[in-house]
Amino acid sequence: MQAKQSVNDFVIKFANVNGTGSASANSMFAKAIFRMGIPVSPRNIFPSNIQGMPTWYEVRVSQDGYLGRRGGIDIMVCVNPQSIKRDVAEVESGGYFIYDSTKPLDLRLIREDVNYFGIPFTDICLREYTDARQRLLFKNVIYVGALSALLNIDFNVLKDLVADQFKGKEKLITPNIYALELGYQYAVTHFECPIGIHLERGHKLAKHIEDFDNILMDGNTAAALGAVYAGATVAAWYPITPSTSVVDAFDKYCRRLRIDPGTGKKNYAIIQAEDELSALGMVIGANWNGARAFTATSGPGVSLMSEFLGLAYFAEVPTVLIDVQRAGPSTGMPTRTQQSDVLMAAYASHGDTKHVLLFPATPAECFSMTVEAFDLAERLQTPIIIMSDLDLGMNEWMSPPLEFDGDFKYDRGKVLSAADLDGMEERFGRYKDVDGDGITYRTYPGVHPDKGAYFTRGTSRDEYAAYTEDGDEYVRNMDRLLRKFETAKSLVPEPKIKQSEMETRYGAVFFGTTASPAYEAIEILEKEGIDLDTLRIRSFPFNHEVEQFIREHDRIFVIEQNRDGQMRRLLLNETSVPAKEKLIPILEYNGLPVTARKIAGMIRNYVTHGNVTPLTRRSATEEISA
Amino acid sequence: MTFVKPAFRHPDAPLNELGRSRQDYEGGLSTLCAGCGHDSVSAAIIDACFELNIEPHKVAKLSGIGCSSKTPAYFLSGSHSFNSVHGRMPSVATGANLANRDLIYIGISGDGDTASIGLGQFAHVVRRNLNMTYIVENNGCYGLTKGQDSATMDTGSPNKKGDINMYSPIDLARLAIEIGATFVGRSFSGDKQQLIPLIKAAISHRGFALLDVVSPCVTFNNHSESTKSYEYMRGANTDMPVDFVPMRQEITATYDSGATCEVCMHDGSVVRLYKQDNDYDIEDRQSALEATNHYAKEGKILTGLLYIQRDSEELHDVLGTARRPLNSMTEQQLCPGPRFLDSINAGLR
Ligand SMILES: Cc1ncc(C[n+]2csc(CCOP(=O)(O)OP(=O)(O)O)c2C)c(N)n1
Ligand code: SF4
Ligand SMILES: [Mg+2]
Repeated sequence: MQAKQSVNDFVIKFANVNGTGSASANSMFAKAIFRMGIPVSPRNIFPSNIQGMPTWYEVRVSQDGYLGRRGGIDIMVCVNPQSIKRDVAEVESGGYFIYDSTKPLDLRLIREDVNYFGIPFTDICLREYTDARQRLLFKNVIYVGALSALLNIDFNVLKDLVADQFKGKEKLITPNIYALELGYQYAVTHFECPIGIHLERGHKLAKHIEDFDNILMDGNTAAALGAVYAGATVAAWYPITPSTSVVDAFDKYCRRLRIDPGTGKKNYAIIQAEDELSALGMVIGANWNGARAFTATSGPGVSLMSEFLGLAYFAEVPTVLIDVQRAGPSTGMPTRTQQSDVLMAAYASHGDTKHVLLFPATPAECFSMTVEAFDLAERLQTPIIIMSDLDLGMNEWMSPPLEFDGDFKYDRGKVLSAADLDGMEERFGRYKDVDGDGITYRTYPGVHPDKGAYFTRGTSRDEYAAYTEDGDEYVRNMDRLLRKFETAKSLVPEPKIKQSEMETRYGAVFFGTTASPAYEAIEILEKEGIDLDTLRIRSFPFNHEVEQFIREHDRIFVIEQNRDGQMRRLLLNETSVPAKEKLIPILEYNGLPVTARKIAGMIRNYVTHGNVTPLTRRSATEEISA
Repeated sequence: MTFVKPAFRHPDAPLNELGRSRQDYEGGLSTLCAGCGHDSVSAAIIDACFELNIEPHKVAKLSGIGCSSKTPAYFLSGSHSFNSVHGRMPSVATGANLANRDLIYIGISGDGDTASIGLGQFAHVVRRNLNMTYIVENNGCYGLTKGQDSATMDTGSPNKKGDINMYSPIDLARLAIEIGATFVGRSFSGDKQQLIPLIKAAISHRGFALLDVVSPCVTFNNHSESTKSYEYMRGANTDMPVDFVPMRQEITATYDSGATCEVCMHDGSVVRLYKQDNDYDIEDRQSALEATNHYAKEGKILTGLLYIQRDSEELHDVLGTARRPLNSMTEQQLCPGPRFLDSINAGLR
């Protein structure tokens, strides 16, 4: 039998039982590879359960720096008898299956084309530990130790990580290192180490990875830091996976950075609201009153916030909302990822509403876009929705470092101070478009004894904020809001475009976490002679680069993680794309992050079997005909 | 339609300590039905703020949706106001208050707005003891949507179609006392003498102050059998007259009957209450609940200051927020700067 061979390029998956402490051992495994300077992307694939259900952790190791899911499993580490049958089946031919050999393996689970490595994890634990909890926890550490030998992980790196992890609880360091050694020793004495798939330091990395002094971080923590940097002082929220860790991290950083050393008082306020309606109401109230405030939620929360989003849009109150998307509809798959809130977020609420959306693709962007969102919200006086997802928010991603320009100044938008009001000759009109960009001037409550007070309302009003049911006034106001949305196009982040080396009339459009596997898929296809230019959308409303890209290509694959092709529909709706046929949906919506192979397969399939002229490149065609 | 009042001010109009006349506390012309109880509540708010020497711009008015929630347009035109969405004023008020703890927050709601669609938010703003005055203009019906029954309508009270309400009512004052409100008053829009001092006391109270004010809807729920009508209220109202004496002012009695009780407020002002019943301790929740219950059993409605907890931790105390308003903090205070980010990055390698 052929055993797979590769250096720094494989997919390994861990099959664990939820609630047994496996996540921290698995993350130590991933971080060790990262510290060895080898690109890695770990993903927690967990159930909506606290204890007892099967849970998986998939780690992609890629010398070329591909961070999306590749598809397929090369090595399976199975410590969960519940899922063993499907775990064996998932291993690719020539792959490796590492399992707990305390009990002999059921013969039906033995595949000819897979290499088995049995390690008696349970036995070792029973022998070494008496406490039940310790037996459970150290089993995880032991298999990491074994992998260190099998895959050639630098043992010192692991030791350092243990020391980092237990800073402040030093007496836990030695037992953890001992457990690592137990696994390591078992592997070196029983198997030939390393195995055919393994790690090696010091290989040259792909250019785009090498350029940065990368960090390993989850998107939710990065977004929370963004809110701290943007000067958010109020956060209101209601717990929901996968967004909870945004506010948890905001809380953690505020405790560290925002407590006045003199008085011990907090320069921030966090409220766990009674529901998402209330959370957004608080955010709107605080922003109306001149504080920067935000909330974080997921799809079900955005549904509840819909009425308030319309109010903020129409009454023109800055609002920042972080939507960490998960699989819907309804409760859907609460711990699975998707990009399926696009249309809801873009048009949330009744009446004619449109919202500004930002689409981060890396933790660095979760940070920078959150910082930017607060400026945009105040400049545009409207809700800004940051469209993250479970995959980005809750998993650790290798990312360029977070950046913050020391000269950066908050742009609080058009706010009149008491002095401004005193200096004004004309009457203050809250909804008067003085500058012609659709954005009007506002005042904070309490700022001037006699000037600048106005009535904020969700009902139609005139330029002076007085109630009106006059149809012409209403239309004037609605048209101004449209003008403001037009202004937004020049303020929101522009897309990232990559031209293929060969001239092509075909393009691919994607956003957020679809970007990593999409870029990889494009490279796979390129090797096959299928060339595509790419555009990564980073915001809505779509700026003119998006329009231009659509205009310049004959066929465009819109790759996204939802059933209905929501971004495609938004593009059809909001750009001047002439025909539906021009945009071809490439969709994945099974709740797991889409893989590069799947994307490449769908595009390939379309090209070779679909009604599209094969996209073979000219040079390749010549070779074939030669 | 916008109604703007003439700016003419009578030269002899009395001025308060700020040199402002009562007119400075007025708002736009009301568009409510003539005789609507809500207009009397607005008038009482105007009087209370004028007499308390409040600077109008230091007040923020908030409301939900309903005839009652429209009324912030009819008083204190020098204040910012936020007419939000139906039943959600408490959350907007909470956010606003978190941003700037130095303003006076007056929330106006209706019984539909508070007791039905907004009951959840109401209960939670009470729990949080947000420093605000929350006035429910309670008419037992949905005025703005043409008179449907509300959740405060008493059992047995007929509606505009003559149907008898068979559901049990939500008594917002009692509910608030149960779930920890620190100031609960009940009043009647037709009793200015009691309502004005109660509003003053509510504004002076540090923490959440609820005023459940029976405020008849003359168009849909003012028939004599309705328990929220002027006629019924005049008969059933068992009022405990209230005096409000601002800090540093001499106490002069206005009423002369009943058992008096004086409560010194957090800011040094004094509320003097003329109780109907000597055993009633307005600083005891159980006693307050028993008293309202006792009168309700006799078909009476006890009005006045029903319950007060003088010293309590309002939301900012609980959270431990800075004394300075959060909305006044600058970039220097809030942004950790690039060097801290370097250390974050270093910790993630
Ligand atoms: C979400 C929503 N549902 C329904 C309405 C319609 N609506 C407007 S006012 C109102 C009832 C108001 O009753 P109340 O709060 O008692 O005020 P009143 O008019 O009696 O003063 C309703 C149901 C609305 N504005 N919003
Ligand atoms: S309908 Fe009723 S509540 Fe509304 S304004 Fe008229 S009287 Fe007042
Ligand atoms: Mg009502």
